[in-house]
Amino acid sequence: MLLIDCPWCGARPENEFRYGGEAHIARPQDAASLDDAAWTAFLYMRNNPKGRHAERWRHIHGCGRFFNCLRDTVSDRIEATYKPGEPAPQ
Amino acid sequence: MTQPFRTSEGGRIDRQRPIAFEFDGRRLTGCHSDTLASALLANGVHLVGRSFKYHRPRGIVSAGAEEPNALVTIDRGNGRITPNLRATQAELYDGMRARSQNRFPSLSFDLGAVSNAISPLLSAGFYYKTFMWPRSFWRHVYEPAIRAAAGLGRAPAAADPDRYLQQYMHCDVLIIGAGPAGLAAALAAAARKARVVVCDEQAELGGSLLTENSEVEGKPASDWLVNALHMLRDADVMLLPRTTAFGWFPGNMIGAVQRVTDHLPDPHPRLPRERLWHIRAREVVVAAGAVERPLVFSGNDRPGVMLADAARTYLLRYGVKVGSRVVVAAESDSAYAAAVALRQAGIAIVAMVDRRPAASDVARSSGLPVRIAASIADTSGSLRINRATLSNGEKISCDALLMCGGWIPTVHLFAQSREKLRFDEALQAFLPGVWTGHARCAGACNGAFDLTACIEEGYAAGGANGQPQRARHPECAPALPPSVHKGMAFVDFQNDVTIKDLRTATQEGFRSIEHVKRYTTTGMATDQGKLANLNALAIVADLLHQPIPRIGHTTFRMPYTPVTFGALAGSARGDLFEPVRRTPMHDQVAALGAVFENVGTWQRARYFPQGSEDMHRAVARECRAVRNAVGMFDATTLGKIEVTGPDAAEFLDRIYTGSLSRLAPGRCRYGLLLTEAGYVLDDGVIARLGPDRFHVTTTTNGAASVLHHMEDYRQTEFPELRVWLTSVTEQWAVIALQGPLARQAIASHVQDIDLAPDALPHMSVREGHICGVPARLFRVSFTGELGYEINVPADHGPMVWQAIHAGNVTAYGTETMHVLRAEKGYIVVGQETDGTVIPSDVGLGWTIGREKPDFVGKRSLARPDMLRHDRKQLVGLLSADLLEEGAQVISDGAGIGHVTSAYWSETLQSPIALGLIAAGRSRIGEILHVPMPDRTIAVRVTDPVFYDRQGARLHG
Repeated sequence: MLLIDCPWCGARPENEFRYGGEAHIARPQDAASLDDAAWTAFLYMRNNPKGRHAERWRHIHGCGRFFNCLRDTVSDRIEATYKPGEPAPQ
Repeated sequence: MTQPFRTSEGGRIDRQRPIAFEFDGRRLTGCHSDTLASALLANGVHLVGRSFKYHRPRGIVSAGAEEPNALVTIDRGNGRITPNLRATQAELYDGMRARSQNRFPSLSFDLGAVSNAISPLLSAGFYYKTFMWPRSFWRHVYEPAIRAAAGLGRAPAAADPDRYLQQYMHCDVLIIGAGPAGLAAALAAAARKARVVVCDEQAELGGSLLTENSEVEGKPASDWLVNALHMLRDADVMLLPRTTAFGWFPGNMIGAVQRVTDHLPDPHPRLPRERLWHIRAREVVVAAGAVERPLVFSGNDRPGVMLADAARTYLLRYGVKVGSRVVVAAESDSAYAAAVALRQAGIAIVAMVDRRPAASDVARSSGLPVRIAASIADTSGSLRINRATLSNGEKISCDALLMCGGWIPTVHLFAQSREKLRFDEALQAFLPGVWTGHARCAGACNGAFDLTACIEEGYAAGGANGQPQRARHPECAPALPPSVHKGMAFVDFQNDVTIKDLRTATQEGFRSIEHVKRYTTTGMATDQGKLANLNALAIVADLLHQPIPRIGHTTFRMPYTPVTFGALAGSARGDLFEPVRRTPMHDQVAALGAVFENVGTWQRARYFPQGSEDMHRAVARECRAVRNAVGMFDATTLGKIEVTGPDAAEFLDRIYTGSLSRLAPGRCRYGLLLTEAGYVLDDGVIARLGPDRFHVTTTTNGAASVLHHMEDYRQTEFPELRVWLTSVTEQWAVIALQGPLARQAIASHVQDIDLAPDALPHMSVREGHICGVPARLFRVSFTGELGYEINVPADHGPMVWQAIHAGNVTAYGTETMHVLRAEKGYIVVGQETDGTVIPSDVGLGWTIGREKPDFVGKRSLARPDMLRHDRKQLVGLLSADLLEEGAQVISDGAGIGHVTSAYWSETLQSPIALGLIAAGRSRIGEILHVPMPDRTIAVRVTDPVFYDRQGARLHG
């Protein structure tokens, strides 16, 4: 079971969290002006890396806050967690 | 003493405490601290089971967790039956009743052994070859017959009466394995004041020290062990014997099962049978040891053929001789230690068959009758080995044959941590590769086979900064890969896989070891190939002329040894399997005779039968009451979210389809919630209580996901909005009053709200008092009748329910609610929608605020597929016979949609149905067909609103 470091609460077991998909995909401000291909890409196209993945989690059974996380999809090791709006650590 | 193979002294068993037990009904005696296997061997019993596929007689091979053959069923009485336990790990207790498995009628005369005679038919992949024709025979003839003949123990049929606990634990250092390396690691970790836990699968801590007769750090090994355990207890180290670490999960989370009562003849009834530990450890030290590698030769599965070190363990730890005339087949010097120990106990070592081409120093100095460059060609004996034939043709009579093909480090747990293994050429085995700080290996599982080296590695692994030096002991390496060309030479004893099966698989083109594994089933038995895998790998590599590292190894998966379902389930069984949610009025509703149904985890009243009514008649009566008078309904389970803040209206505008910012305080609006892809996620009523306060309802099942969806947007997309979301589902008890007499039914209970139609019109809300308690009164309807929904603080729900029910109001349940809403064409999310439905599909395009620049899902509704004219649309379906939900609807033989809801309408005195039909609204008036197994039902497409299309009754 992953041990996830909630930026607000600290390290907690995975079953307090809910996964939220890939991080850093902002909802377009001007949705109406996007063509269908661009909108479809926003809706459906996601990275599926073997290795480092920036993803969203929510501490749903704790503080309820969303945050971002860098996880290695091979080793399942979490490199960092950080608050929404912050850039991904390098 | 009636145990003919028990020595007169030595070992760790207590000869003064005899233990009576039964095996297959035969009454035998063992000693305290025996395992079932050691007690059987002390009585001269080697034959303990029949093999999985060929029903060949099998004996005890090992003395530990790696045992493939000696699987027994142990009956502890009162339905406590556990199959497939390893006799080598089952601690003997007074009165134990054990049975062998997979034999009929008895172990020594087994009718199933006929499959041994037809074994050529059962070779690798036989499922795919022999039993293919005729096709229907597989399911009805072959598979049941094969399943009945093949197998292990039978699962018990009765409920498990035992209790199981689950417990969490956190520590600085978890040490897995309490042999010399593990105990040294624990001493080092305790010395740096770490919080230390040591677990070991055996009843007695000590591992190989329990059979060690040399010295450690200048004192006898047994004294060192006593001293080490004493020091660890003094340092408050938690010692967990009988605890198997079976799984390694991400984040250094170790799953371990502690067997609490299985070894006790009469356990205290309050003790759990097993305890499942979830151990979160900052550092893990794996000191899991190694198992001896068996040899692959023809007839290597005969009872009496066993691992050399197991024979040594039985002698030194349990005081048991595994035979009187013993042949030892050696490919490693460690076999000589076992042979010498047996000889010292007076056992005749009649031949030391060493396959290596030249005698080693150990071999020359052993004084044993060594045959160099010889191997075992075959064995004979029906239920026990009686003769070994050597490669040079020599025949030697014997009653036991010990094999030693080197050692297999137990890397199972380490590999589960997703760290890499590396192949060690000298050892011809896989060892832990590089590791990254939170997991360390020490001792034999790390390739150290010398006692001093094990202890040094242990100290280093348990110390503050120690990545242990690896000790090299190449004399432990097996000399040669197995090579056998005739007869049945078993690689995997438990799944009956022979070297011939592996050859067949490679001849048929299988190259990947993962494919060979699945085709031949080698390594797929309950022992997970602890003894088999390395031999299988070496054989396949040899057959394919590839080096072993190129072939790779199969994936190690949890559990290391089988885990009971009881331990995994813990207390989550029966009433505690899942939480049950009941509304505040549950007892009042139950007292009215409600039949409940589960909706998610909620219990909801489905209908209220009176007298001898069945559901159909009860629902018909409830429907008439609502349409003609008034009914009451417990609607508490509806999700409720309070949305507050200066930007609450703006937030809801962006989340819902409608324009909530234009909603006047005191008014309600029906709204849809879409996913960003435009599909209907949920629906509900949004009530505006004030400029900055909304009371939003969701579906019963959607409550949590809607709040999650809203929080997602609030926190991540619209963080600038000043808005707060609070789940209030359980704060309010909700009673729906529906029917033309609804106003009269509540009038006398409402204190300070004007109920006049002009003052409280349809789709409005007021705060006031009902039955003297604060209330939010909604005028809304999910039935098409004049309706109210009374919200009062949850604790007051029962009182208000009783007060209103006393006014001769008919209680109705979810079934009636569904019929009434279907008569009005109101959708239920999840029934009329399925994740592919957009608002216009279900006739709810009108809910969309066209003037809004954006809301979640809006852009997606303009995608070309959303504008197609042949999308499935909600329509009504009328037919002479009641339809079935989910039935397909066809037109000219082609499926064009399905039935989403179907009921008997008491109001219309006719079956009604709703369906999603391609271009359905353009088909109104058409006759379509619904094929059923026994007939085809004609249906006429209609508008989905069957009753009161003008809505006059709503506004009454």
